[in-house]
Amino acid sequence: MFDLISRYDTKILEAFWVTIKLTAFSAVGALILGTIVAAMRVSPIPIARAVGTAYVTVFRNTPLTLIIVFCSLGLYSTLGWTLGSDQLTDTNYRWAIIGLSIYTAAFVCESLRSGINTVALGQSEAGRSLGLTFSQNLRFIVLPQAFRSVIAPLGSVLIALTKNSTVAAVIGVSEAALLMSEMLENEAALLAIGAIFALGFVVLTLPMGLLFGWLAKRFEVAR
Amino acid sequence: MTKRASVLFDAPGPKARVRYLIYSVVVVAAVLAGGVWLFLQFQDKGQFTADKWRPFTESAIWETYLLPGIQGTLTAAVLSIVLALIVGMIFGILRMSEHRAMRGFAGTLVEVARSIPVLILMIFLYAIFSEYKVFDTSQRTLAAVVTALTIYNGSVIAEIVRAGIRSLPKGQTEAAVALGMRKNQLMRLVLLPQAVTAMLPALVSQMVVALKDTALGYLILYTELVRSSFQMGAALQNTIPALLVAGVIMIAFNSALTVLATKLEQRLRSRKKGGAVVAADSILTDAAPGVDLTQK
Repeated sequence: MFDLISRYDTKILEAFWVTIKLTAFSAVGALILGTIVAAMRVSPIPIARAVGTAYVTVFRNTPLTLIIVFCSLGLYSTLGWTLGSDQLTDTNYRWAIIGLSIYTAAFVCESLRSGINTVALGQSEAGRSLGLTFSQNLRFIVLPQAFRSVIAPLGSVLIALTKNSTVAAVIGVSEAALLMSEMLENEAALLAIGAIFALGFVVLTLPMGLLFGWLAKRFEVAR
Repeated sequence: MTKRASVLFDAPGPKARVRYLIYSVVVVAAVLAGGVWLFLQFQDKGQFTADKWRPFTESAIWETYLLPGIQGTLTAAVLSIVLALIVGMIFGILRMSEHRAMRGFAGTLVEVARSIPVLILMIFLYAIFSEYKVFDTSQRTLAAVVTALTIYNGSVIAEIVRAGIRSLPKGQTEAAVALGMRKNQLMRLVLLPQAVTAMLPALVSQMVVALKDTALGYLILYTELVRSSFQMGAALQNTIPALLVAGVIMIAFNSALTVLATKLEQRLRSRKKGGAVVAADSILTDAAPGVDLTQK
């Protein structure tokens, strides 16, 4: 196992670095998109609510593999949207980020919405009686409290995203899962390879879970 | 959603109604414009001509591509859910054991199983199965998909079981102990039957996860819906329609399951006052390792 690690060390680190980058960029994208969709889902405009609901229904119920394959085959190969890069690897990497963001945004939206539901009725009534508009109310009163109460669920979404970033392997993004399948083909020590990558993900995700658990306690809204 | 969401705003007055109407028009226009634009882009590349869609009316095409795909998806999903249920029950109960070592052992396994991506597990298991020829060649991909999904979903179901048992009123255990029941009887006769009912909505939601995750078999060449529609797209030059149809089928299956889960939850909640229910959209179904969400 150790000679395997020393032979592949830069490659393994690079692959996990791509996994981390995929996760980080998609997390930002999903957070922005998810907040917008959540705002639509609780807005006073029925049509916006319907659009938000449709978004969540569609993307939460579609396999991530399908979304990523669609991005690569449909939007890149068929329509030729290269996202401003002339290299295939870069293009697929960027499409993977977009696919992951779109998929994860549906889950971010649902977490946020459940957080909004935990905000006490009196809070927004008080906001309204001060003359705040819907968007002011949402921005200054409801969302800050909602975010604090969904830290743990958002952590779960982020960890799920870290694990889901492996799906980028289906369009050939050179992250951990792809390197693993490559190594499994070329090396004899299957168990050692499995152990390395399993350990890699345990190291990535377990501390994240603990951190978010701690943050959730730290920022809990007293009610 | 209406009642809770309307917490955020009052019933609109005449001015607000006009404003909402304008916003509605803006939203509809934006969505339509985006949709039409995308549609035109695909049409430009000839993806929406009639003969790209005609194959979907022919039964031979369904028999060659889509039905085997649906069958593959459903087989893997059903098998893995049933197996995961068994594994999950066992580990969920072991995690609540009175013996510290047993608790620790089951807990570690469950947490580790939840931290490893299903795809990584699947690729690894497939390599192992091929190397040691564990299964027949024709069954190997299915076995890898089902085993990986069982390990992951089993670990999640273990948490659901635990949440289900914890959600029961304390009096249940107390009453059973007062009647002189043993631990085994308490679990088997009193707690588990109630917990299974309580966790039914969450279990149905977990099926959605299993059904979607079968698509990960794409990478190890398992014939599921996404791969079979991909093959169809390649053979008939209608990639986009094929993938769209696969998406619609998947969304239909999963929304039906989601609706069922919500219905079940409503029914269980209304049936008995203060009765225990593990919510259908419970975050447990995508729970993070290391975060104990069962306490909420």
